[in-house]
Amino acid sequence: MKKILGILAFVVLAAPPAFADEFTKADMDRWQKEFDAAAKLGRKLWVNDGPVKLGTNGVACAQCHPNGANTHPETYPKFQKQLGKVAQMWEMVNWCIRNPLEGKNLAADSNEMTALLAYANSERKGVKLAPGKH
Amino acid sequence: MSQMGRRDFLKLGALAGIATLPLSMVRIAFGKPEDDFTFAYISDSHIQHIKGNQFVRNWDMGLKRAVAETNLLVPKPDFVVFGGDLAQMGTKEELDHGAELLSALKYKTYHVMGEHDYYLDLGKYWEKLFGPQWYSFDHKGVHFVVLNSILTTDEWTFKRWPTAEQRMAEMAGLDNPNGSPFMVGEAQRKWLKEDLAKVAKTTPIVVFSHSPIQKIFKNWNFWTDDAEQVQALLKPFQKVSVVYGHVHQIQYNQIGNISFNSVMATAWPWPYPQSYVLADSHLPVLTVPMNRADPFFERDATGWQYINTRTGRLALNYELPNNTKRQVAFNAKTGKPQDMAYQDKKNRILPQDHY
Ligand code: HEC
Ligand SMILES: [Fe+2]
Ligand SMILES: [Fe+2]
Repeated sequence: MKKILGILAFVVLAAPPAFADEFTKADMDRWQKEFDAAAKLGRKLWVNDGPVKLGTNGVACAQCHPNGANTHPETYPKFQKQLGKVAQMWEMVNWCIRNPLEGKNLAADSNEMTALLAYANSERKGVKLAPGKH
Repeated sequence: MSQMGRRDFLKLGALAGIATLPLSMVRIAFGKPEDDFTFAYISDSHIQHIKGNQFVRNWDMGLKRAVAETNLLVPKPDFVVFGGDLAQMGTKEELDHGAELLSALKYKTYHVMGEHDYYLDLGKYWEKLFGPQWYSFDHKGVHFVVLNSILTTDEWTFKRWPTAEQRMAEMAGLDNPNGSPFMVGEAQRKWLKEDLAKVAKTTPIVVFSHSPIQKIFKNWNFWTDDAEQVQALLKPFQKVSVVYGHVHQIQYNQIGNISFNSVMATAWPWPYPQSYVLADSHLPVLTVPMNRADPFFERDATGWQYINTRTGRLALNYELPNNTKRQVAFNAKTGKPQDMAYQDKKNRILPQDHY
């Protein structure tokens, strides 16, 4: 038993420094770039200029939500009286896709949904979290 | 009749084909009734072509409803103004379809140019349908001026974009950083100066423009770049009002002798500028905002208005589907427009808080 532990400890110490608490400026730059790319795709989808169309009638989110305004990402999750429950932001995104855009729901974890949420949040930078606020 | 009662009456009236809307009940009495006249104002319908004979249903419904309700007004308005952005991408299909829906109006209709009508063919087809892009007329002692306030620089208009379609698309995005600030421009300012030279300084002036002729929020073109120069031309007159569309929300302001009032869109509402936190904006402090929209009712925070004119001052009555109507009227005592119910801070309600 002692021997096995000793070997494990050795393995851990000898491994290259790629563990959770060790990241470099290069990592951070990459992560930011990844986020920015998602937000950029989100913006394209927002103005109906993305690789896929969210709706069927040509209406764009930006027609009613310029710069993502009035989507209030800082308030989610929150009670949505029309849904009768505490909802997440993607549920309201899908609501707007189904209705004004006359489109079909996106999966909550789809690239497109992630991109839309990334964009809406990026336009709301600096606003204090206000979960539950209507 | 209460608000609810009136609304039910309207619904029933429309269903049963009753051709009256009891306007007199909501008229604002500012003085002798014999000096009054009313006109209706419909704006920003954004008729949007999908393909073939398909158009976005939601925007069609907004315009149809405004037209049907305007036809029910009693007493009849003297005329109707359409405040611009009849189309979304300025195409012949959209302008034709919009003109067809508007043709159901039983009144003379004056048209104002919006950027969505203009930037595909620079207003050529619109002119064919509706006439000149700027003009003036007199009615019952008031001098009305219609401006095309959505022009911009020659460089942007003529040199920057490879195609007319792209030019239209770039200007159609409200928040598109490739857009360009609106302006009335030198030629039209010269025309305005000459037009106003013939008018007595005591004659009330009412200007219709698509953009605000004041500087509120550059990011979304709630803005006219030569606003100060146009205001200077209007300054010598005792009573001046500017009515504008474009902003898809209730705004009002007073700058010197000039009262400013915006009208609602029939298509969709816009957030107030302060809802975008990454840019500075200057919503007039006088403005009590419209209620926040409920996305589950597609006509919410859209509407149209009839305007009561009393000795050249305006009272705007906002017809808001399934909502308490709003009235914003010039108050001769304070010399400013005011909301007749909510102006006092303690009368404001929670849905007027936008963030
Ligand atoms: C026809 C206009 C219209 C279009 C187009 C539209 N929305 Fe909305 N949406 C609204 C309105 C109005 C609200 C309510 C805003 C408020 O709460 O003040 C809303 C609310 C939302 C909310 C919830 C915000 C809150 O605080 O409750 C989200 C999220 C949202 N929209 C996302 C989108 C996305 C993403 C798209 C494009 C796929 C889109 N919307 C398209 C009109 C629209
Ligand atoms: Fe508009
Ligand atoms: Fe406009």
